[in-house]
Amino acid sequence: MSKLTGAEIFIESLKREQVEVIFGYPGGKNIPIYNLLYDNPFKHILVRHEQAAAHAADGYARSTGKVGVCLATSGPGATNLVTGLATAYMDSVPVVAFTGQVDTKSIGTDAFQEADIRGITMPVTKHNFLVTDIKDLARTIKEAFYIARTGRPGPVLVDMPIDVLGARMEFEYPETVDLPGYDPDLTLNGDRLERAAEVINSAKRPVIFAGGGVVTSGAAEVLRELARKARIPVTTSLMGLGAYPIEDELSLGMPGMHGTRYANYALCEADLLIGVGVRFDDRVTGRLDAFAPKAKVVHIDIDPAEINKNVETFISLVGDAKEVLSKLLPVVEEIERKEWLAQIAEWKRKYPLAYKDEGPEIKPQAVVQELNRLTEGKAIVVTEVGQHQMWAAQYYNYSYPRNFITSGGLGTMGFGLPAALGAQVGREGELVIDISGDGSFQMNVQELATISEYNLPVKIVIINNGTLGMVRQWQELLHEKRYSSTILQNPDFLKLAEAYGIKAIRIDDKNQLSEKLNEALEYAGPVLVDVSVAWEENVWPMVPPGAGNHEMIGGEQDDK
Amino acid sequence: MTSKRILSVTVANKPGVLSRITGLFSRRNYNINSLNVGETENPEYSRMTIVVDADDRTLEQIKSQLDKLVEVIQITELDRTNIVDRDLALIRVNSSRNQRSEIIQIVDTFRARIVDLSTDTIMIEATGTPSKIEALIEILKDFGIIDIVRTGLVALNRGVVE
Ligand SMILES: Cc1ncc(C[n+]2csc(CCOP(=O)(O)OP(=O)(O)O)c2C)c(N)n1
Repeated sequence: MSKLTGAEIFIESLKREQVEVIFGYPGGKNIPIYNLLYDNPFKHILVRHEQAAAHAADGYARSTGKVGVCLATSGPGATNLVTGLATAYMDSVPVVAFTGQVDTKSIGTDAFQEADIRGITMPVTKHNFLVTDIKDLARTIKEAFYIARTGRPGPVLVDMPIDVLGARMEFEYPETVDLPGYDPDLTLNGDRLERAAEVINSAKRPVIFAGGGVVTSGAAEVLRELARKARIPVTTSLMGLGAYPIEDELSLGMPGMHGTRYANYALCEADLLIGVGVRFDDRVTGRLDAFAPKAKVVHIDIDPAEINKNVETFISLVGDAKEVLSKLLPVVEEIERKEWLAQIAEWKRKYPLAYKDEGPEIKPQAVVQELNRLTEGKAIVVTEVGQHQMWAAQYYNYSYPRNFITSGGLGTMGFGLPAALGAQVGREGELVIDISGDGSFQMNVQELATISEYNLPVKIVIINNGTLGMVRQWQELLHEKRYSSTILQNPDFLKLAEAYGIKAIRIDDKNQLSEKLNEALEYAGPVLVDVSVAWEENVWPMVPPGAGNHEMIGGEQDDK
Repeated sequence: MTSKRILSVTVANKPGVLSRITGLFSRRNYNINSLNVGETENPEYSRMTIVVDADDRTLEQIKSQLDKLVEVIQITELDRTNIVDRDLALIRVNSSRNQRSEIIQIVDTFRARIVDLSTDTIMIEATGTPSKIEALIEILKDFGIIDIVRTGLVALNRGVVE
């Protein structure tokens, strides 16, 4: 067997993992890999900032269910990945990041472009490795992919010193992994399953609370069957949007801080809460002692550490959401739950999500609603972070898993554009819309170059309120409208897009909203749409920080 | 209600593993009372004895979070009533010539040992349960303690396990 260099082993290993694309940026310490990428062993997308490489790999992973791969050089290249890794970590997304590193002999000497990226990323990765010997390289790559995609998925980083990339070794890709401390296969305790079924069957006012875990495990279909069979209403967290069709009569939409009134009311009155692939984030629970106060909690999650972390659990079922729900399906009974469902229908009728479409200005909610109408709820929607993200969550009717991509846990501004780019690479031929804010957009605006270079037909819709809207909203409500550092002086986004060779459309006339959005959606290539909207519009309803979910304010139909 | 709980944690002997564990504790705001680490009978593994201050729910969290670390092989909570637990201390105290015999008597009573002597100090090595060590330190305070170093608790289950 002939010997391969570390860089060649890297390429061969990624081929074995069926990697289709890597998002990366070159530098002195990964240059041997780039030398091989010159021959196109697989697609490489050259981003314009390493943070974008991590977000793009993340968007690719979320939209396809495959592992996303990114590559950076040592030092600043590696540290630029950190926000992207933390974003993927908080939302449990399988990403493998590779970094170049200074040669093994120089590690620890503050060598040029040295950064202890293993140390730095320990708290924001599921696991990470520093490969100091070529003989460990192939095995480590195998383990990295295995850890990233199994159990509760997450990002894994592999740091590769330049001398390891240059050393030679016979290539053998291991068939299996041997990680005695890592066992993602959890066997479900049958006894608990029966008890959970009993509790579900005897509940009068049950609610299913479905999260990102349902999307990740591919459990949306069985969730639908179960909810419909047992007639249990379903609320989906921000990460779970798409796991249950919003327009279904049993759907409650999103709960929590900017959730629907009816979801929050249902949680307040429920006698049983079945959490599936959720982690009871504070944005959902509000003040903990007021969260689902009458409910027993059945918690289904693949991560044992989520059980009892935030909310006390009555019965926990640790396992893959799809597997657990499939086992519950035959043992839950068909029950009418007439009274409970009538109550819910009443709440839905009385307290729908609502805003006032009045005045000459375009309302941001209307932009999302119009996108929903024009695309029949079928586009892949990616967002940045802020008010527009919440409106995108509230006013687009998601029905398909992996079609709503947003930074939920970390709330990373600058995520949307690169994630949309990654999603478009992963779902070629499908419609990808990046719903953006004028603030967030500028945090990774350089990715317009990538989108342009690869002609990725992403539709960027900037909900332009000229402010850091979400922070401004808090300043309005909590700090007497003292708009400290939240009013933006923005560039001309149209000229900016055009400078990158991207078609741009401005919408500032309410009457042209539909037509111009349609023009953008119909266009074959990438487009940027800059929509001027009512600048002081707020996201309602809202559970004020520190309040209980029953204390939500605003957003009633006949509210001001 | 929190109390002191003892975890015996077997970890893979890999670089960075100690930092992963301590990083987890500080990041998640868990209190470590003491942490002790050393090789085991198998050089591929190390064993840590970690004493934490935690209530039942936090302890469950600590165990599950530790368990998620790829390099953590096994975690056992030790039952205080069924373990051998030891702490080792080196204690240097002031000792004039005429105090020496009194100190030696105390040292004998505690089954500790004198390991170093100078004209006006004595170094004592004491092994035992943490409470015994603390009692010894308390008594030695009268003479003026100059330095103390302690290993922190190490512990193993009694009898045959697993
Ligand atoms: C990287 C980062 N920095 C700061 C914040 C805090 N933050 C949350 S929302 C927001 C405003 C976002 O403004 P914009 O993108 O214009 O969206 P809008 O709220 O106006 O829709 C800010 C600054 C954040 N989430 N992420």
